[in-house]
Amino acid sequence: MTREEVLQKVVPVISDKLGIEEEQVVGDAHFINDLGADSLGLVDITMALEEEFGLEIPDEDAGKLETVNSMIDYILKAV
Amino acid sequence: MAIPKSVLITGASRGIGQQIAYQFAKQGSFVAINYPFESEKENALHTLHEVQKLGSQGNIYEADVSNLAAVEDMVKQMKSDIGTIDVLVANAGITKDKLIMRMTPQDWEQVLHINLSGAFHCTKAVTKEMMREKKGRIVYISSVIGMIGNAGQANYAASKGGMIALCKSVAKEFGSRNITANCVAPGYIMTDMTQNLPKEATDQFMSRVSIQRYGTMEDVANAVLFLSSDQAAYITGQVLVVDGGLTL
Repeated sequence: MTREEVLQKVVPVISDKLGIEEEQVVGDAHFINDLGADSLGLVDITMALEEEFGLEIPDEDAGKLETVNSMIDYILKAV
Repeated sequence: MAIPKSVLITGASRGIGQQIAYQFAKQGSFVAINYPFESEKENALHTLHEVQKLGSQGNIYEADVSNLAAVEDMVKQMKSDIGTIDVLVANAGITKDKLIMRMTPQDWEQVLHINLSGAFHCTKAVTKEMMREKKGRIVYISSVIGMIGNAGQANYAASKGGMIALCKSVAKEFGSRNITANCVAPGYIMTDMTQNLPKEATDQFMSRVSIQRYGTMEDVANAVLFLSSDQAAYITGQVLVVDGGLTL
């Protein structure tokens, strides 16, 4: 899967879960500082992406994924 | 009172759960009637027929609440049947009364599993849906025994006290998503569960009840209905005691 393909799937999930426009979900956006996520929102996004890509993101990894880019990098490595 | 469109009631084939089903049915909610296993199916169907007679829609769902996968399947099924889950009433519960000296670890675990872990499993499954909707109501059927304890009911008391703590945590964790969680704590209510208690225990309880009668299942169901209504939107993490003054 290419980075572009992952991005295409990740953006709508984040936009839906946080109730924000897809245009706001840019690569270097920080989930909490830029996109207004709280801890529950982050868990919600993580679980939705696990389902979307059929993978499991352990809590200790999930805690480090603070930006959209880091999330995409992680998924690219995992799938 | 603005009444929710759909409600999932666990352990609704009998007793207080069944009465709660009827109260919601009178208001026109879709009532999802959970029952634990095949041998309760007939009772669940009876509940459903009564719900329909009261002019509401509903369905029956078999799931042992102590099994998370079964609960998740039930919630999925309910979602495909009705779309949203507005209210969860975590009511399913059992007793295995014994003095601690006679209580086996199995007696302890079974009650904790069904009453407390069951409530956790149901919470976990429905909050996923409620988060999406950004609204939801959870009402746990606890018990005054969970607040004051009772000889011969250590397992039941622990499970019902645990429910109160679970409820308060849920209220804090999901408050930002407009999901409220409250407990109803019934006192001495006339049900299948209480009618087999020894007379001396009954007399002792009754002497402490200010309102000199047993509670009815309807008394409990009314409290559940209130906590599920729009009127209770700003009430969360609370225990509404329905005991005629027993714990005063």
